[in-house]
Amino acid sequence: MIRFILSKLLYLVPTFLGITLIAFSFVRILPGDPVLLMAGERGISPERHAELSAQLGFDRPLWVQYFDFLGRLFHGDLGNSLVTKKPVMAEFLTLFPATVELGLVAILIATLIGVPVGVMAAIKRGSWFDQVSMTAALVGFSMPIFWWGLLLIIFFSGILGWTPVSGRISLMYFFPDVTGFMLIDSLISGQKGAFTSAISHLILPSVVLATIPLAVIARQTRSAMLEVMGEDYVRTARAKGMSPSRVIGVHALRNAMIPVITTIGLQIGVLMAGAILTETIFSWPGIGKWMIDSISRRDYPVVQSGLLLIAGLVMLVNLLVDLTYGLINPRIRHK
Amino acid sequence: MSDTTIKLSDAAIRRQMLADFWFYFRQNRGAVVGMWVFIGLVILAVFAQVIAPHDPTQQYRDALLAPPFWQEGGSTSFLLGTDAVGRDMLSRLIYGAQYSLFIGIVVVAIALIGGIFVGLLAGFFGGWVDTVIMRVMDVILAFPSLLLALVLVAVLGPGLTNAMIAIAIVYQPHFARLTRAAVMGEKEREYVTAARVAGASTMRLMFKTILPNCLAPLIVQATLSFSSAVLDSAALGFLGMGAQPPSSEWGTMLAEAREFILRAWWVVTLPGLAILISVLAINLMGDGLRDALDPKLKRS
Repeated sequence: MIRFILSKLLYLVPTFLGITLIAFSFVRILPGDPVLLMAGERGISPERHAELSAQLGFDRPLWVQYFDFLGRLFHGDLGNSLVTKKPVMAEFLTLFPATVELGLVAILIATLIGVPVGVMAAIKRGSWFDQVSMTAALVGFSMPIFWWGLLLIIFFSGILGWTPVSGRISLMYFFPDVTGFMLIDSLISGQKGAFTSAISHLILPSVVLATIPLAVIARQTRSAMLEVMGEDYVRTARAKGMSPSRVIGVHALRNAMIPVITTIGLQIGVLMAGAILTETIFSWPGIGKWMIDSISRRDYPVVQSGLLLIAGLVMLVNLLVDLTYGLINPRIRHK
Repeated sequence: MSDTTIKLSDAAIRRQMLADFWFYFRQNRGAVVGMWVFIGLVILAVFAQVIAPHDPTQQYRDALLAPPFWQEGGSTSFLLGTDAVGRDMLSRLIYGAQYSLFIGIVVVAIALIGGIFVGLLAGFFGGWVDTVIMRVMDVILAFPSLLLALVLVAVLGPGLTNAMIAIAIVYQPHFARLTRAAVMGEKEREYVTAARVAGASTMRLMFKTILPNCLAPLIVQATLSFSSAVLDSAALGFLGMGAQPPSSEWGTMLAEAREFILRAWWVVTLPGLAILISVLAINLMGDGLRDALDPKLKRS
């Protein structure tokens, strides 16, 4: 198992270097002088330009700049935002929990609904439940989620007035940031109504973000179940006279879960892309909205480092999925 | 005699394959519905000038935010109402179909051609060529597609062309991987060895002998990418990074309509519905294509 983990880790090194190379070249391949771009429309004096160039290291050879960039990266130094002047890493760490909270709740919704629906659809293949749920899954899979979010806002916030339109919690409440997770912090604070407010703010964005993963998980679970239920060992279990619920619960479901877990893990990339849109629509203060705002504000250090951090994160989660996969399925790790 | 038999059977085989394909495709009712909707979209896009009742950029200043005709205050001259500057919604939606189909075709074409070329090289030559190419593909795949497309557009500058290039770059590794896998499976087969022994050049081996036998998974992936391209370009338009106003691209229309969500439902609902319907139709078709082309699922 240790060899398996090591080989997977080793495999990631070139990919990670590639990611740093892309993030590094990003600022350099922008048309025009990066310092002028950063200075904005007001322009800049030649002395200040030279000073800034030297400060940012743009006057040195490219490969020196790259290794310098890598070196600082390994010390956790990602530079400062041009707009807020704060370290990018600190900004990332304050905003990250909001995205994690949103993403976790979304993937929870997607899994808790998607897996049972997929299993039911497979067991009752061809029934109306199968047809309705799989049609719904295809619609969900095809959904432009930025529009879906707007529709939910029109209906639940505009017409019914049940949920707030944006943000993480009502401005009435104020409590210290303990974990960064609004659901937990609001509970700890003990303020009346704070938790309910946090939930009502979270529900629509997480449903929107869950839509596509839910559809994918339901479809994948169904087809994995169908495949497994055609296997010889399932037939044997049936022939032995085992009760149908035991055949499905013990023999079929367990084996069908392997591809499903991979699918769930792969949704992390989908979630990150979805978070950009969802956070923009609901003004959710997470890293998706941070990236969009930084792109439109031309805050290049943030875009560069955000890109790096997000890609690194996706890579890390994919590694964890791979490792879990090896853990559940010994055949893979011994290959 | 034998010459004519061979010629006949060649055409016959092709016809039989097509008939087989149609037989399996038709079994999937959703796929057929999706195909008709898609054909409808193509007709709308091609004949937009004839079908659309108004010019999509013409602003009727006396009819701002007019509701659809069945609502109070609506009129039959603007069947689906008008937007905030008095442009006819129906005409804009019809012209929007042009954008979506165009984007889908261009993105898939670039990604497909690039991916096939790169994948063929990797799969056919193996060794360090393969390693380098596939590592680069891994790096592209490590980024969430929309994020990478967004950043690429930020580098290239917002606009429809750059959005299409960005999306195509992001999709291309999928095609490269599929092609590579298929080529590696095919290149050890007897017919390839036979062709090689018969003196076929490397180019001929790659493009004429092997490639046609790798097409099925690529076609399925192409349909999936087509629908994702429509979705992603609409998302870029919505974020202000795709097609720029006043073009009637559906995502861009949605972005302009955002501030009216609680006042005029039609300016928000209709463009999104158009995106959903076209993406759904293409995905339905893709499901049918997969069933018809994937030999593993065929029960014959």
